[in-house]
Amino acid sequence: MNLAFRVEELKKDYLLGGETVHALRGVTIEVPEGDYVAIMGPSGSGKSTLLNLLGCLDRPTSGSYFLGGDDVAKMTDDRLSEVRANRIGFVFQSYNLIAQLTVVENIEVPLYYGSRLNSTTRARCHKLAEMVGLGDRLRHRPTQLSGGQQQRAAIARSLVNDPYFILADEPTGNLDSVTSGEILDLLSRLNREEGKTVIMVTHEEDVAERAKRIIRLKDGLLQSDVRR
Amino acid sequence: MTLWIRTWQLGVKSLLLHPLRSLLTVLGIFIGVASVIWLLAIGEGISKKAQEQIEGLGADNIIVRSIKPPNESTPDSRGPVPYGVTRDDYYRLTETINTVDRALPIRELRRQFRNNDRLVDGRLVGCTPEYAQVTHLEVDRGHFISDAELEQKEKACALAAEVAERLFPFENPLGQTVRVEDDYYVVVGVMKPREASAGIGGSLAAQEFSDDVYIPITTLWTRIGDFIVTRRSGSWEGEIVQLSQITLRVNSVDDVVATADLVRTILASKHRIADYAITVPLDLLEQAKTTRLMFIVFMGLIAAISLVVGGIGIMNIMLATVTERTREIGIRRALGAKRRDITRQFLAETIVLSIVGGLTGVLGGLTCGFVTDWLRMALENLFPQVMESLPDVVRTISPKVVPWSIPMAFGISVGVGLIFGLYPATRAAAMDPIEALRHE
Ligand SMILES: Nc1ncnc2c1ncn2[C@@H]1O[C@H](COP(=O)(O)OP(=O)(O)O)[C@@H](O)[C@H]1O
Ligand SMILES: [Mg+2]
Repeated sequence: MNLAFRVEELKKDYLLGGETVHALRGVTIEVPEGDYVAIMGPSGSGKSTLLNLLGCLDRPTSGSYFLGGDDVAKMTDDRLSEVRANRIGFVFQSYNLIAQLTVVENIEVPLYYGSRLNSTTRARCHKLAEMVGLGDRLRHRPTQLSGGQQQRAAIARSLVNDPYFILADEPTGNLDSVTSGEILDLLSRLNREEGKTVIMVTHEEDVAERAKRIIRLKDGLLQSDVRR
Repeated sequence: MTLWIRTWQLGVKSLLLHPLRSLLTVLGIFIGVASVIWLLAIGEGISKKAQEQIEGLGADNIIVRSIKPPNESTPDSRGPVPYGVTRDDYYRLTETINTVDRALPIRELRRQFRNNDRLVDGRLVGCTPEYAQVTHLEVDRGHFISDAELEQKEKACALAAEVAERLFPFENPLGQTVRVEDDYYVVVGVMKPREASAGIGGSLAAQEFSDDVYIPITTLWTRIGDFIVTRRSGSWEGEIVQLSQITLRVNSVDDVVATADLVRTILASKHRIADYAITVPLDLLEQAKTTRLMFIVFMGLIAAISLVVGGIGIMNIMLATVTERTREIGIRRALGAKRRDITRQFLAETIVLSIVGGLTGVLGGLTCGFVTDWLRMALENLFPQVMESLPDVVRTISPKVVPWSIPMAFGISVGVGLIFGLYPATRAAAMDPIEALRHE
């Protein structure tokens, strides 16, 4: 089975007021393609730090992170941007759509920065919007959508560049339980039917239950890694 | 290419999110650009007019005028003291300076002109035939004073158009007579109307030309003489003056400066007191050119300051925008934007602001002629007495748009946008994506 990615002895230190904070202290994880992983752990355990590293928003202090055969730790800032534009899908807790753009335009953004925006990929944006149930909201602005609809748009956006995996940081954190259920259904469907790899950070056990595998972090270390 | 189109589109969209704010920022640049064009146009208008007036005097002329010396002793029993340039001066200047081409002696006095019971107060000008040509007077009917009339000291006169109109409203003035004091002068010519010339520094007062009567200077000398009595505010005042003015024409413009020096030396040796003044239009012209340059520098400086102020406005707004849109920057970076993409995006916004400000500013600048005309009209109708009291320069101001000021003002505005936009844009690009995403 192909690996979506692999991290080995991943460490991340932050310098805070002269003191070093060890946010991650050596984490090794292998995620095969098509996996659905929930990352759990108490506040400050390093979940976001891990997700930021996986999302190529930051480089590890030490350890290795192989993505499609390249070591992320050795990439330049521009190269990291390229990887994010072409290989990673982000879903945020607060949706993070761009206010002045319409739904379709928001979905197009990663293609734009990956220089892959053309008529074919544009058609794909429409298809994705339809797939997440926003076919009739293409020209709407984020402020004209409900939270659930915004998160759907964000999920469509995370899929547009055909990423290695989707990183979701508490994707249902801002939603009521019904809408949360819908969003989680959508993620499950993507994983099941489209074979998308999903890495999701969550606080809630019942949300984590949806995943195929639950990884628990504590104090920057892997506490458990359970496949269900 | 499409990348840039998208960037501009995005810039415009983002600016339209805060239309009032963008408008005010554009206004800053608009004012800067328009004021560059306006100020330079006004400066150009003023200095061009001055230059034209001086050129009207003739760059190859030297003008010597009699002026009443300051009253050292109150008029005493000995009667009036002679002053001013004399016939001797005239002969000396024409004969000793060989760079002088020709010289015009002129004697002017206020007199009343009569035709039976019609009366006009005006200026009696004793002159030579060349006077018409040198002062750009054109004959309408008949002829100007001729050489023969000068030679024969004839009592012939040429009338300014307005004088002819008022003395002979219903008849052909040619061949009629005009009475001055007790003498009758035959009208030999009528001149075309001529615009008044404005006064130019020194001793050259403004000339109306509209109430003039011209006679041969030789006639004036014999019929009227040098001793003139005029009634002034109830009392009689006498003065002895031979010539009001001598206009010397120099062979070539190159010799003007040296000739003027010579004229000064010669006159200084014969006059103990300062009862004459020398005007050299060429000098005035040089001065006017320097003044114009200073004007341009000065106006340009003011305008540049206003542009910088506009630029600071842009920078201020863009810094606020960048802070406000930190989250958006984080999102874009997470979705794959490189640092230079962010720089480009914010720079595009400032450039859009400054281009819009620049273009509207150029349009606003081009209206300056129209707006001043309109303003002048409005002011003349609303506050006629205020307008009346304004100096000539202000009243007759007519801005001339300096062509190079347009691309310059526009270029500077875009440059200002670039320079002042660069810092906020690089600041935006330097943000850490993770922190930017956490920004509320
Ligand atoms: N930019 C940073 N600078 C300093 N310390 C940080 C930074 N980001 C995270 N940390 C620290 O690293 C640790 C892990 O943080 P985080 O990954 O955000 O935890 P979680 O998301 O699991 O709550 C915490 O102690 C946090 O204070
Ligand atoms: Mg966190």
